[in-house]
Amino acid sequence: MSLDVRFPIGGMFSIFGAILVIYGVVSDRAIYQKSLGINVNLWWGLALLVFGLVMLGFAFRAQRAKPPTIGS
Amino acid sequence: MLGIGWALRRRIRSSEDFFLSGRSIPAWIAGLAFISANLGAQEVIGMAASGAKYGIMTSHFYWVGAMPAMVFVGLFMMPFYYGSRARSVPEYLKLRFDEKTRGLNAITFAIMTIFSSGISMYALAKLFELVLGWSFHGSIVLSAVIVLIYIFLGGLTSAIYNEVLQFFLIVLGFLPLVLLGLKDVGGWSGLTAKLATVATNAGFEPGAWSHSWKYMDSPSHNPMGMEWFGLVMGLGFALSFGYWCTDFLVVQRAMAAGSMTAARRTPLIAAVPKMLMPMLVILPGMLAIGLHASRGGFLPIGSDGQPEYNLAIPMLLGHYLPTGLLGLGLTALMASFMSGMAGNVTAFNSVWTYDIYQTHIRPGQTDGHYLRVGHAATVFGILASVAAAYSATRFNNILDMLQLVFSFVNGPLFATFLLGMFWRRTTGHGAFYGLLTGTITAALHYGLTLPRGAVPGIKGGFLGAVLHVYPSEMALNFWTALFAWTGCFVATLLISLFTKRTKTDEELRGLVHSLTPRIQDGHMPWYKRPVTLAVGILVVSTILNIIFW
Repeated sequence: MSLDVRFPIGGMFSIFGAILVIYGVVSDRAIYQKSLGINVNLWWGLALLVFGLVMLGFAFRAQRAKPPTIGS
Repeated sequence: MLGIGWALRRRIRSSEDFFLSGRSIPAWIAGLAFISANLGAQEVIGMAASGAKYGIMTSHFYWVGAMPAMVFVGLFMMPFYYGSRARSVPEYLKLRFDEKTRGLNAITFAIMTIFSSGISMYALAKLFELVLGWSFHGSIVLSAVIVLIYIFLGGLTSAIYNEVLQFFLIVLGFLPLVLLGLKDVGGWSGLTAKLATVATNAGFEPGAWSHSWKYMDSPSHNPMGMEWFGLVMGLGFALSFGYWCTDFLVVQRAMAAGSMTAARRTPLIAAVPKMLMPMLVILPGMLAIGLHASRGGFLPIGSDGQPEYNLAIPMLLGHYLPTGLLGLGLTALMASFMSGMAGNVTAFNSVWTYDIYQTHIRPGQTDGHYLRVGHAATVFGILASVAAAYSATRFNNILDMLQLVFSFVNGPLFATFLLGMFWRRTTGHGAFYGLLTGTITAALHYGLTLPRGAVPGIKGGFLGAVLHVYPSEMALNFWTALFAWTGCFVATLLISLFTKRTKTDEELRGLVHSLTPRIQDGHMPWYKRPVTLAVGILVVSTILNIIFW
């Protein structure tokens, strides 16, 4: 059975997101001067995490359903 | 962050399952692979560089160029490609015309892949130069070695799969950059105010950088130096249709689809995200030049005294993104450069080995022999790319160089395809000499004209006399493409009329429009028909053109 491309996408962005969130929490506030005072690591990390989990969710749902056909 | 991205990519690549062969891909993923194939360094670095150099007029590459062309591919070209089961452009030309047309196209295509890969190599080396602080020469060597390893480790086994990943990596890696940049300059109105300074400094009306059509009445009123006719015909018609209809790196993605309908729908679905790409790739360039004007020297100045437009994206990344997100942005960039290079070198390898060497030089050798030739071709391709990368240093905008190459290769080829697909009378001799005429026309035009401020040489004018000076490199490219297209079209037409057909109607079935059974969409609900989607895309791109008029 071939692998649904949403698994690696979801997995990759979930991990990226999680790392960024953790880094955003522990990092020194001073580095956010660059990004206009916004903790972009935290917020964008959360966005990536949500995106990754949604992708994974779709992939699992598709896997559980019967194999869909292409292009429909 | 970089390391993790790398490690993950490696693990993913090593998995043999990839969706090309699987049946479980929704159409939207095939569509994403279609545009990802073109979302390389050229797109990311080149479009941003053009956004800085030419302003929002760069969006014509999308809303005048790509949109109609992608719709045309989906509705009209895909039936022949998919129906003929050709796996490459040269192969289609062989089926439709003859062996010599295929050979000529294989040669120009091989040259094009070298330039494309050289441009990616240049971009990667520039990035290394900036991040690692190495010299440009050292960075080029590093890039060459990395690509060599990448390809010999079997880098492209699951190209399409990687491309979809990369699409998301680029979109999600750059979006925060654009949002932060826009917030910093005070939104669209703040950006327009900054761009007004850019425009007046360059001697144009204040809106020249923020209006896509308003200043197109005369070449002297806009930074691209084009008037509407040359733009619509040169970029919209010759270059864009040429690129999207004949570039098989892209078209192949659609042919991976499971049915004719899915294949036709792929470019149409791809057009939807493609339409929004300017926000992600052109806008950063405009931000960079706005900052450059208002803060005095945001972009470094190149040896030609102009800002180094190619560095717009890397400079912005370093300016706005803190440690952490910066890693994501750099990973996205490097991934796109590397796959851009590897994809082109691999394409060079296969075209050289199968379409040139095996067909014309040494046919009938063992598989092992061709495999060795292929390896040698890869090494040669990388060395030639190094040379191309050095010639790219002469261009402050890599899109200028890339479109120049396209104007030589895709411009004339599109005329051949158009005649070949829609006129059964087109002959093999007509196609071959027409293509040759088109390429020579391009060379003549390029050799006799110059962009303003350039010295004769790699930028044109090498034939001794300079008959015309264009206001910008891009203007020269558009006209070169248009001349090449016309040269090829007229020559193919005339020669075909005076030579005998070598292929019978029966042989041309499925390759020529009038000899191919019509595709019936009538049984589908109206909202699923490709035509509906096509009309929707054209309407929305028209609206976008009006908004940014």
